[in-house]
Amino acid sequence: MNAIIVSALLGVVMMFSGILLKNKSSLKYIAIGGLLLLLIANLFQTYGVYTIVVNSHDLLRFQKFGLFFNSIAITATLIYVILSGKDIENVGNYPAEYFALIFFVLCGVSILCGFNSLLMLFLGIEILSIPLYILTGADKRNLKSNEASLKYFLMGAFTAGIMLMGIALIYGATGSFGITSPVFINTPTPGSAPKASFLEIAGVLLLFVAMCFKVSAAPFHFWTPDVYDGAPSVFTSFMATVVKAAGFFAFIRLMEGQSAILGPTWKILLSFVIIATLLIGNITAVFQQSVKRMLAYSSIAQAGFMLFALYSFNDVAKEGILLYAAAYSLATIGIFAVLIKLKDYTLDGFNGLAKTEPVLALTATICLLSLSGIPLTAGFFAKYYMLASVVKTGSGLWLVIVAVLFAAVSVYYYFRVIQAMYFREGVSETTEITSGFKTGLIFVAALIVLIGVLPSLLLNYFYF
Amino acid sequence: MIPLLLILIPLLSGLAVFLLKDSPSTKSLAFVSSLATLVLSLMAVFTKGALTYDAAWLPGLGSRFSLLQDGMSKMLSLLTAISFPVVFAATYKNVYQRSSAFYGLMLLTQAGLLGVFLASDALLFYFFWELALIPVYFLCSIWGGEKRIAVTFKFFVYTFIGSLLMLVGLLYVYAQTADHSFAMQSFYHANLPRHAQGAVFALFFIAFAIKMPIFPFHTWQPDAYEQSPTAVTMILSGVMVKMGIFAVIRWLLPMVPQAVHGHSMFVVILSVTGMIYASLIAIRQDDIKRLIAYSSIAHIGLMCAAIFVQNQIGLEGVMIQMFNHGINVIGLWIVADVIEQQLGTRKFSELGGLAQKAPVLAILFVIMALANVALPLTNAFVGEFLMFNGLFQFNGWVAAIAGISIILAAVYTLNMIQKIFYGNTVEKTLVAVEVSGNVQWVLSILVLVVLVMGVYPQPMIELTKDTVSAIFANR
Repeated sequence: MNAIIVSALLGVVMMFSGILLKNKSSLKYIAIGGLLLLLIANLFQTYGVYTIVVNSHDLLRFQKFGLFFNSIAITATLIYVILSGKDIENVGNYPAEYFALIFFVLCGVSILCGFNSLLMLFLGIEILSIPLYILTGADKRNLKSNEASLKYFLMGAFTAGIMLMGIALIYGATGSFGITSPVFINTPTPGSAPKASFLEIAGVLLLFVAMCFKVSAAPFHFWTPDVYDGAPSVFTSFMATVVKAAGFFAFIRLMEGQSAILGPTWKILLSFVIIATLLIGNITAVFQQSVKRMLAYSSIAQAGFMLFALYSFNDVAKEGILLYAAAYSLATIGIFAVLIKLKDYTLDGFNGLAKTEPVLALTATICLLSLSGIPLTAGFFAKYYMLASVVKTGSGLWLVIVAVLFAAVSVYYYFRVIQAMYFREGVSETTEITSGFKTGLIFVAALIVLIGVLPSLLLNYFYF
Repeated sequence: MIPLLLILIPLLSGLAVFLLKDSPSTKSLAFVSSLATLVLSLMAVFTKGALTYDAAWLPGLGSRFSLLQDGMSKMLSLLTAISFPVVFAATYKNVYQRSSAFYGLMLLTQAGLLGVFLASDALLFYFFWELALIPVYFLCSIWGGEKRIAVTFKFFVYTFIGSLLMLVGLLYVYAQTADHSFAMQSFYHANLPRHAQGAVFALFFIAFAIKMPIFPFHTWQPDAYEQSPTAVTMILSGVMVKMGIFAVIRWLLPMVPQAVHGHSMFVVILSVTGMIYASLIAIRQDDIKRLIAYSSIAHIGLMCAAIFVQNQIGLEGVMIQMFNHGINVIGLWIVADVIEQQLGTRKFSELGGLAQKAPVLAILFVIMALANVALPLTNAFVGEFLMFNGLFQFNGWVAAIAGISIILAAVYTLNMIQKIFYGNTVEKTLVAVEVSGNVQWVLSILVLVVLVMGVYPQPMIELTKDTVSAIFANR
């Protein structure tokens, strides 16, 4: 509850600080302070120091898993604002509003971390999405940004309709909005065949489709490349990391109880989606010339790996999704922070970056290595946990083999950027780079390597 | 403590050198660090019994930072520790742009290699397996030849696919272990069901076969050897290919003995095919580097075949040959590098009569080349004799076919000697001069090793005896 209230308040504070403050550049520091406050508020609830009590009539239920995930999301946002805060200010004329919208997105994330009712799920998704529609179109004079925003909004609205339809059907079948109510789970008792009504199954499938859209799993991914490409790069970074991870968290929380209704069909359905996502994300990314667009497709490919958590639903998967969210967010925020500084977003724009800006090149390389899942980086353990969770279920070894082959494909497009930076001649043009920014990047890279060597550092907080 | 230090010294000095500014002292620092590693590995060799180190690493996953240095590990860490100072000394005159990065990455490679040879925890092994690959990728791509980017990338993707398949295998075996642990002993006693053994064997074997490389997974190798800077090629062919052979002996044989037994004929035929095939191609080469590359495939093929015949004498041969092949091939590369640096070409058609200009180099090279053919009194003879003996016990026909490669090896090696060093001097070799003192010294040391090991191989057999007998005791 703490995080929901504090983030909403901070959003309002940010909005007014835009009017009260003349100096644009101090906004960033207010936002950083606000995020720290939010993190502390969330940690207070996690460790039971102080919790704001609001009777939600069991619409919200906070567990350690969700609260811990929320902390990761807030920390990722904090790192994101520290690295790219300056670029957020430069997107348009109303920086205060951008920061406010980011806080509102975090409010949505906080709701998704604790929802216990389909209504709250819907509210969380919408609170998360609506600020994003605005952020996507923040670069008002850019036609592509406008197009992306409209596309995102229309598709998002459509999905909201599908989701509501699903919720309505489920309510009709069970008479409840709860995700953990006994009627809803419909656990088959030994001796009697499970009986799920047609309405309920249809409802669950519609919810599944809607959530697939939100996490850009194929074949519901079509909006992703255009929106990620059209949106101002700073916001793409935010969308592809914190927002996406939150979507996954909600997806897991929702389906954990629900997938039982579909019986064995669930795994078949999910295998199809996983393979389609890996295939489309990886293969299409290979052909991109623009690094920004390549990262959009790579985010689809990464989603394919995160979907493994829904395949296995065990403890390893839960630890894995936390690690994946952290590793993937860190690496993507890092690589986008570098990308924003470049004048040319194509692969050629990276040529010779190692000579002109060695620190940027080295940190970007570590981020890319992490995204491709090379050991000694956080990305390795993220993928490791996902694969291990499936192997532990005892079935689906073939799925794991398919996935690692696609991981090998992903090396191709991630390493093309490394090749451009280190091995190709050219003068990569960048905007002015401060030493503070470099320090931030080195910190991110160090964190990636640290988690890559000792993932227990991060996961231990989950248990203690 | 020694195993830990063996990894830490190159790792830390590598990172330090990597971050230093370019200066001549980085070269010396790298050399001193590699000498320190050499001293330590010699200490390990003269210590009786297996050395171990164990520390907590990932308690949640059942993986520990545990190292084991038994006979085979001692022998291979000695080979690694000898190779690096030899390579540094032989290429001391070569000038690299961004030399600190070059030497830093070289030392990191050494740390990765030593880690692979010492790890006794499967996940740790996997970590080092990759750690050895990444610096090599950058070394070859930055300092390599014209086609370096594409060629190195091919090499990287090949090995990376292999290691990912191995990761799946690791995960599967891990799930089957009784105590959910990555420890070597748990893996050995995982008691995999028979049908699963085949799958696990395939997953691991592809990874190791790519690394060795075994026909038909060898296509990355000649290009990579040719395009890499020679210092890296020496490491690649002298030490890194031993990772694959080592891994088969350390992990595959004890873990899935039934599957190894079931697939032995298949692998032996693959290996022998590769031997003949690579030898035939080597005869047609006009480039020193490519010739040595193909000859290396043939030698590795024999070692792989000798492992899978699964008798003690064959395995003893492999142990000796792993070390000796490393020494010999590095010697050949050093001469290839000298010729390329001095005359600017590696083509036989542009060379000739070098013996008149550089007699000392010619003598040293001829001894190295004869060791490559496995002539008696050279070190390779002992290993090859034992391996062929093992192969013969397994199947006489296979041994006979494999034996053809000995003749073929003589054909291409003697042909190479003749074309480079004898005959009339041609335009390019007119300007040639005798090689510098440091290269003469390095080559002389290697030749000494070749002769001593050829006459008195017993210490090496004694050193690796514990590993060999442990493998046959387990079945």
